[in-house]
Amino acid sequence: MSWFSKFLSSSIGQKVIMSLTGIFLMLFLIVHLLGNLQLLKDDGGEAFNTYAFFMTHNPLIKTISYSLYAFILWHAIQGIRLWQANKAARGNVRYAVAHTRPNERNARNMAWFGIIIFIFLILHLWQFWLQMKMGVLPPVEVEAYDHPVQNLYLPVAAAFQNLGYVIFYVVCMVVVGLHLWHGFWSSFQTLGINHPRYTPLIKGIGVVYAVAVPLGFAIIPVWMYLMG
Amino acid sequence: MKLNLKIWRQGGKYKGEFVTYPNLDVNPDMSFLEMLDVLNEQLVSQREEPVAFEHDCREGICGTCSLVIDGQAHGPMKGTTTCQVHMRHYHEGETIVIEPFRAQSFPVIKDLVVDRSAFDRIIQSGGYVSVNTGQAQDANSIPIEKEQASKSFDAAACIGCGACVAACPNSSAMLFTSAKVSHLALLPQGHVERQKRVLAMVAQMDKEGFGKCSNVTACEAECPKEISVENIARMNREYLGAVFVSDKKMG
Ligand code: HEM
Ligand code: SF4
Ligand code: FES
Repeated sequence: MSWFSKFLSSSIGQKVIMSLTGIFLMLFLIVHLLGNLQLLKDDGGEAFNTYAFFMTHNPLIKTISYSLYAFILWHAIQGIRLWQANKAARGNVRYAVAHTRPNERNARNMAWFGIIIFIFLILHLWQFWLQMKMGVLPPVEVEAYDHPVQNLYLPVAAAFQNLGYVIFYVVCMVVVGLHLWHGFWSSFQTLGINHPRYTPLIKGIGVVYAVAVPLGFAIIPVWMYLMG
Repeated sequence: MKLNLKIWRQGGKYKGEFVTYPNLDVNPDMSFLEMLDVLNEQLVSQREEPVAFEHDCREGICGTCSLVIDGQAHGPMKGTTTCQVHMRHYHEGETIVIEPFRAQSFPVIKDLVVDRSAFDRIIQSGGYVSVNTGQAQDANSIPIEKEQASKSFDAAACIGCGACVAACPNSSAMLFTSAKVSHLALLPQGHVERQKRVLAMVAQMDKEGFGKCSNVTACEAECPKEISVENIARMNREYLGAVFVSDKKMG
């Protein structure tokens, strides 16, 4: 094995993969949220459709989004592998008395949260992203371009009129929040970034991130459902 | 006071099961291990096989005692080894569940005794200083600042008991290994070989089949010496440095 594959298969290397791909995903979520917030504008989807066209046609952003797909898969596969290896390391006999401190709960359930997020992602991509990619959405004129763009606003607005879907979406955002409540801090600790001077700050920002970003996503379907 | 003990028995006539010993007469001044001694005396007088458990110093410094008591390695008190837990913390009629440390890399030998030799092999892989450090030095002849020495000493307080592995849902040995890596890397004598050391010790830790740290921090909470997970971050830094900027061979 080369030194690099030895590193990637070591326990620390595997965690570094989780951490770096996780940080990339967290950065992406911010950009994604800024885009989605365009849905709250009362302009019949004008701003949102403009944004959607830009994101799918700018070459730089297209490159980043291909790495994004790869990183999500890498993060998910590596996460499940770690989960299985860790269960195997623990063995089959469980403690008769389980003692878990409340602050450990999220960390202990990272894989379950991840699996729920993964199911959400499949559905999410199937519903919106695939339609966009296949170009089956009706065209609509927007001010920013001198040609019509795909009307992604239509399926989004339709989905958010379905109460069941809105509830599912909100629940999944809670799960994302729990994943990141632990994940944000954890990704720094994994990289060796832990110091009495700034670790409290990292933990604080992590909590703010884990609450604010999923909340921002969740507000949109709720708002659009209520506004009809 | 009377206490009920529910103890994991494995080996001999026991296939690996809990056995309840009710109404044991316990003096509140006894230590936890003294209570087990009393139980064993009774078992021996009844011609029963005594409960196997490990102990040595019984003063909280050797790391030999183990036990998971009511779901916590070394019992309910923070920063306390099993041998330093006293029965005054328990109440009349309580049932105490006693289990061995559970991890694939710590197989049960008998009852509450597990094989922790995986830790010895991690130490053998690099937990030492092999450069010639000369005669015992005069005090203060090797300059080192107080804060640095204290950090090293905090890590050196690790007694190698394995509670971190027992507490971790992943059975990860990162807290133990990082304590050893930190304690040596922070001192001038150990600094020289620190890259070689961290590569070898992490490789051995992985080879022993311990889990991979998810930063749950159960280890820190249950460690009888309150070793901080800051050491794990330090080990990860040391490791990344050794992999990416040193020329040392990877184990
Ligand atoms: C929105 C998408 C996601 C983001 C932003 C995200 C972010 C993160 C972050 C930052 C960590 C901490 C890494 C560390 O401890 O060093 C993490 C850990 C983890 N993630 Fe994700 N994740 C996402 C989706 C997923 C998915 C889809 C899965 C699996 C199907 C998953 C499984 C895991 C697991 C198992 C861990 C724990 C690894 C460990 O510490 O052992 N995640 N995630
Ligand atoms: S780090 Fe703590 S729990 Fe782990 S072996 Fe050392 S003293 Fe025991
Ligand atoms: S018997 Fe030595 S630490 Fe408990």
